[in-house]
Amino acid sequence: MLNTTLPHIDSEAAFQAALADNDQLMVCCGRNGPMCLPVYDVMESIQDRYDKVAFKVMEFDGPIAHNIRSLPECRSFMGLPFTVWFKGGKVVKATSSIQSKAQVTAILGEHFEA
Amino acid sequence: MARHFGTIVVGAGAAGLSAGIYLARARVKTLIVDAGVPGGQLVLTHAVANYPGVAEASGGSLAATMKQQARHFGCQIQTQTGVRFLDLASSPKRLELEDEGEVTADTVIIATGGRPRTLGLPGEDRFKGQGISYCATCDGDFFTGMEIVAIGGGNSALEEAVSLAKYAAKVTIIHEFDEFQAQPWAVQAAREEPKVEFRMAQEVLSFEGEDALSAVVVRDKHSGKVDRIPARGAFIFIGYAPSTEALRGLVDLSERGEILTDEAMATRLPGVFAAGDNRAKRYRQITTAVADGTIAALSAIEKLSAA
Repeated sequence: MLNTTLPHIDSEAAFQAALADNDQLMVCCGRNGPMCLPVYDVMESIQDRYDKVAFKVMEFDGPIAHNIRSLPECRSFMGLPFTVWFKGGKVVKATSSIQSKAQVTAILGEHFEA
Repeated sequence: MARHFGTIVVGAGAAGLSAGIYLARARVKTLIVDAGVPGGQLVLTHAVANYPGVAEASGGSLAATMKQQARHFGCQIQTQTGVRFLDLASSPKRLELEDEGEVTADTVIIATGGRPRTLGLPGEDRFKGQGISYCATCDGDFFTGMEIVAIGGGNSALEEAVSLAKYAAKVTIIHEFDEFQAQPWAVQAAREEPKVEFRMAQEVLSFEGEDALSAVVVRDKHSGKVDRIPARGAFIFIGYAPSTEALRGLVDLSERGEILTDEAMATRLPGVFAAGDNRAKRYRQITTAVADGTIAALSAIEKLSAA
């Protein structure tokens, strides 16, 4: 389990459901490390302001992380966490390594509706 | 109407949380605000083995315990909340917080800590997460079997280089001086690791690559010769800078941007104290940050009692 209160995507079915049920979805795939925890904290702190966005996490070493790790947008990534923004089931943005609140909200503002 | 506190602590690292514990336990209405996560740099430490009374713990768990202690005594903690504006000369002190607006306090403790220094070179930002990293334990396994560099000459750089050698085919330590600043034991451990090589007196000029990092360009500080070191990864450990930019002109700062205080952690402004790694001092450890936070809190309590 990751150290966050955000909902975990922990099965193939849950991942497919997250994509199907949420037009706007942000998934942070990481570990309980120093670069990952701040991103979960950012997501927790802003989720109430983005009613139309689902914020979820996934364990990087879990059995379904291949869904994120194998995305073409993540192929050159070499820093945790891998964070992916989906709109209508398609990837609109992917980032590697730590992101600040300002960076995350800038991406949400550019690609998503609140 | 703005919320009012006895003390507002800016920064939720080891110094800020320690101050929060002492203040709240003394029944001072206390708010800790931080633009990031509780723990500050402490969260970046995977294993803390020299904190008295704790055999070994991750920095994250130590920070979580400190936060829990502060909350237990009634301290309010708001993370991911930046301070937009500070008026420290007024009475009460006024702070404008992101997403909330103005809050006021009779005393303020500045415990904003520090942040990892970056080189600010071409390619550095572009390759962050795609070759450039500041955390060996987070990203080391991505570089299994590859040639990488570690930049820096302090304890962190050498210790992390040895740690990275578990994964990488070769780790080249690039340092700008002829001698390391690291302690002898860290230098010895690095010299004993066969996968670690040394490039001393090298100035890093740029980072190169297409989609991901492929090389680090350096210049020898003695000969002036420019060289291209092939590297899929570059781990940067060049120390920390005090987070005091927003305080310029408000409190006295040293040439290095560190806050100047007296022994009671008081700045030149009445009712304004500083604690932790943003303060001008020789040693920066979790224990020294905790000590600073404690002293600043006790000084603030004394100031509040005298009012």
